[in-house]
Amino acid sequence: MELFVSEGNPHCLKVLAALEVTGVQCGVQFVNHEGKVVPFLPRPAVPTLFLPSGQHLFSSNTICRYLFELNGPESSDQCNQWLEWEATILQPALLRALHLAVLQGKGSEVPKVLQGPLNVLDQSLVKGSMAYLTGEAVSVADVVLWGALHPVLSVSSLELSDHKSAKAWFDRVAAVRGCQSAAQKVLQGKGLEAMKSYMQKQPAPQSRDTQPCNSSPAENDEGERTVSEEEMEAAALTWSKDLNACSYPAEKQHPVMPQEGNRNVLITSALPYVNNVPHLGNIIGCVLSADVFSRYGQLRGWNVLFVCGTDEYGTATENKAREEGLTPQQICDKYHAVHSSIYKWFQIDFDFFGRTTTEKQTEIAQDIFWRLHKNGFLVEDTVEQLRCENCQRFLADRFVEGMCPHCSYPEARGDQCDKCGRLINAVELREPQCKVCRQTPEIRSSKHLFLDLPKLETQLENWLERSTSSGDWTANAKQITRSWLRDGLKPRCITRDLQWGTPVPHPDFKEKVFYVWFDAPIGYLSITANYTNEWEKWWKNPHQVELYNFMAKDNVPFHSVVFPCSLLGAQDNYTLVSHLIATEYLNYEDTKFSKSRGVGVFGDMAKDTGIPSDVWRFYLLYVRPEGQDSAFSWADMALKNNSELLNNLGNFINRGGMFVTKFFGGCVPAMELQQEDKKLLAVVGWELQQYIQLMDKVKIRDALKHILNISRHGNQYIQVNEPWKKIKGGESERQRAGTVTGVSVNIACLLSVMLLPYMPAVSQTIRDQLNAPQTCINTMLQGPGTFVCALRAGHRIGTVSPLFQKLEADQIEALKKRFGGQQPEDEPSNKKITASTQPAAVPAPPVVAEMKVVDGSDPEKAKQLAEAVAEQGDKVRALKSQKAEKAIITAEVSKLLDLKKQLALAEGKSPEPAPQKGKKK
Amino acid sequence: MALRELASLEKYLGLKKPNKYSTQGDKKVPVLQNNNAPPLVGLVTIACHLVKEAKRPELLGDGAEGRAVVQQWLEYRVTKLDSHIEDTKSILKDLNLYMQDKVYLAGNQLTLADVLMYYGIHSIILDLAVQEKEQYVNVARWFDHIQHHPGVRHHLPPVVVLRNRLYTSRHH
Repeated sequence: MELFVSEGNPHCLKVLAALEVTGVQCGVQFVNHEGKVVPFLPRPAVPTLFLPSGQHLFSSNTICRYLFELNGPESSDQCNQWLEWEATILQPALLRALHLAVLQGKGSEVPKVLQGPLNVLDQSLVKGSMAYLTGEAVSVADVVLWGALHPVLSVSSLELSDHKSAKAWFDRVAAVRGCQSAAQKVLQGKGLEAMKSYMQKQPAPQSRDTQPCNSSPAENDEGERTVSEEEMEAAALTWSKDLNACSYPAEKQHPVMPQEGNRNVLITSALPYVNNVPHLGNIIGCVLSADVFSRYGQLRGWNVLFVCGTDEYGTATENKAREEGLTPQQICDKYHAVHSSIYKWFQIDFDFFGRTTTEKQTEIAQDIFWRLHKNGFLVEDTVEQLRCENCQRFLADRFVEGMCPHCSYPEARGDQCDKCGRLINAVELREPQCKVCRQTPEIRSSKHLFLDLPKLETQLENWLERSTSSGDWTANAKQITRSWLRDGLKPRCITRDLQWGTPVPHPDFKEKVFYVWFDAPIGYLSITANYTNEWEKWWKNPHQVELYNFMAKDNVPFHSVVFPCSLLGAQDNYTLVSHLIATEYLNYEDTKFSKSRGVGVFGDMAKDTGIPSDVWRFYLLYVRPEGQDSAFSWADMALKNNSELLNNLGNFINRGGMFVTKFFGGCVPAMELQQEDKKLLAVVGWELQQYIQLMDKVKIRDALKHILNISRHGNQYIQVNEPWKKIKGGESERQRAGTVTGVSVNIACLLSVMLLPYMPAVSQTIRDQLNAPQTCINTMLQGPGTFVCALRAGHRIGTVSPLFQKLEADQIEALKKRFGGQQPEDEPSNKKITASTQPAAVPAPPVVAEMKVVDGSDPEKAKQLAEAVAEQGDKVRALKSQKAEKAIITAEVSKLLDLKKQLALAEGKSPEPAPQKGKKK
Repeated sequence: MALRELASLEKYLGLKKPNKYSTQGDKKVPVLQNNNAPPLVGLVTIACHLVKEAKRPELLGDGAEGRAVVQQWLEYRVTKLDSHIEDTKSILKDLNLYMQDKVYLAGNQLTLADVLMYYGIHSIILDLAVQEKEQYVNVARWFDHIQHHPGVRHHLPPVVVLRNRLYTSRHH
């Protein structure tokens, strides 16, 4: 038996104490925090107990309990209860307390955080009036709790004066033989300081009052949310309000300039590199996310400027030019146009889409350079660089490939390893190869200028502290930045021996150009300068302007550390980033998108699929890698289109409109709100609020789910009320049909506004079909959300038609094949640097066999489900005959519908929603 | 949620008289009200208690080591799975690697660890796309097995797990 522990890890204290107290014979090994001990856990898990049977115990309480049970009886219910309380209630509080005390130097806030759990402990000891937690003898519960509390209680100045019984108990356990020596082994007499390096590696604890809105969105708990009377009345009151009379200008007035008294939001999305066609991952990572937020900002009434452009300098362009027999400028012109047209097709609504190869770029970059030089933030040094004699040139990082010095990945690039993500200095690569001719390059030295990052570090940290605490930085952005700072900053070279770039103005370096990482972010400024001469009102105006940077996570260090250092060092009152929004990676089917390897669907192919741009936007945003990596999959795209867009959202909007047309001659009927309608308004209002809260925090994917929730509620509402039946009934029934129809089209109108950032064309189509007033756009998203009745009784709607089309399985299968979704990735020898616009020819999978499964047809499941449907049907009928509460029946009915849908899937049919049959008669 | 889980567990264990429960705090920690003893707090604590009451000690594992492994996964359930500290992907990854050569979480028969992990992970599995279920094929296989164990499923809808793979080119 072997126990693995590490110094400074608070969990190890318990385990070592348990070992000493029980006297169990066991080897102890000290490893570091990153020690990977458990073979099946990808993360380090210390402490770990390696059992004689070859199994691992990797949770500290389980280990302690096991050690106690080896020599004694099974632990009692009381013991179990304390251990569970420690793991689920005390530990989260302790983690926050340690985080505050060890990392943030806020030891004074510890008592507040621990007060709740300490009260519980104290009261229980008072009530039990026993020496130890579960009796008169020490048990595993005492050792575990003592070990957990020891670091904060005995080391920090926290007094237990309010908790006398807890204090007495704590001292009693501390005196048990073995406890103190365990503490000494873990803390080394260094107190809380000993835990610093451990705590730095832990994710920052979430405070309890923030809902875990980054995990799966509200869908799970909605069933349990009850709507109060007050909420219903408030919703009904809002509903009766008027639309905002004053409409803000529908068209933006260019150039957009910061306005006094308004929220001025400057949005940039990472500049796409010009020499390639952007793939779907690039599109969702920067331009599309930024576009959604920019459109949303306008709906909220903010003053928004959204700029982007192509990043054009660098060897990759030079090389591409050589390949195509053009000049670098011609290449840039050509691909800039390609980019523009792709973004136009995706409806990316830039206020200005510029480029980096402009006069302004040279002017501003050189100005920043001279300021840094003057302020003493540039240092000179010689650099070793790789030169390919065969190609007669120095090799840019991306043109060298070799083995990663850190993780030995054989295809690491000269600047970064795709596998472990670490940045690499090209000369450190093992077995380097020139990517063009595959010769081994030589190391040459040359004189270069460096940005002195260490000298700027303190300034940077001060600024980061402010920006990350007041702004909405995504968790990965903060984490990546923190890890950069933790490793310590080193001077970074800003010049290169190339031709295609912004020339270095210093006479000693005249043959050189700026390194792209220095040059490219300055593009944001120069692009704005090409948009308006008064660009400084945006970029040298930190008090009036909030800057949002959108990017994928690989770009974070350049935007959070390096570029801010350039701007801080230039000392010219620049606007620095306030909100850094970084996505994780979007994968493509079963592999990675790779610009340099030409794997994945590229922007220009999307339009050739015949799938509308709005649907592409929807799906990409639905799988936006927000908080974790996600994957684009053709089958999933078809599924989401058919289930969410067609059957849920489209179906709901279409039904409301069709009822108005068919039953009420195209005019919105009079609405008499009853309790049930008010409840729906309250539920919809709540979803709207969630949407706004999430969007304000740039949680774009999570917010989208709330739109779909609304139409789900709407469908259920129509389903339960059956207006197509009621319309044939008596006066009051007909009126009921009218109310339900009227409420439904108004919800459709609200949905059109909420959808606008995601699907601008569909959003407009809905308003056209409903003939909705434009003023609804700037009413609904004001404040915490205002769902007003925009289509009053008597309002005449337009012509209603279906919004979405089904994506058939064979169509998707064909697309998947056509766009090479199954490109093998194990062909490193003949991969191309260029983004192939030709679909790769890949042998088709056996279509017939696969089709069946795509449909999900499964006779065995079908049989089970058929039984379940019958059972649930009986239940619903029984409830109805008992006149059970409506909410209960509704819930059971929706279960039934769901089962039927599953059944349809299992039988290989497409899941047509049941109402279709009733209403289309 | 936890209360429904406990009710299902009672049914699975064949306990005749249903117990009385309440919840505690904003985390809705379940509490078992006991007539002649102090109340018990906590999902795992109560579940273990019920198993003992039903005289089914085999559900808690065989021998000290076996019991420890069961407890290990019960602790994992309430700390990792229920706390939202870990994201679901990494939990699925952990389990998928662990389940590679296993039929049950602990030992060679169904234990309380399987039952509670199944209840806890159900909502995650329900949300997975077909492709993701294939990505975590070992978890999916285990899950399907447990949900078809007689008497376990109770309050939860069955989740369809395909037996034949769609995305055959994925490298595991």
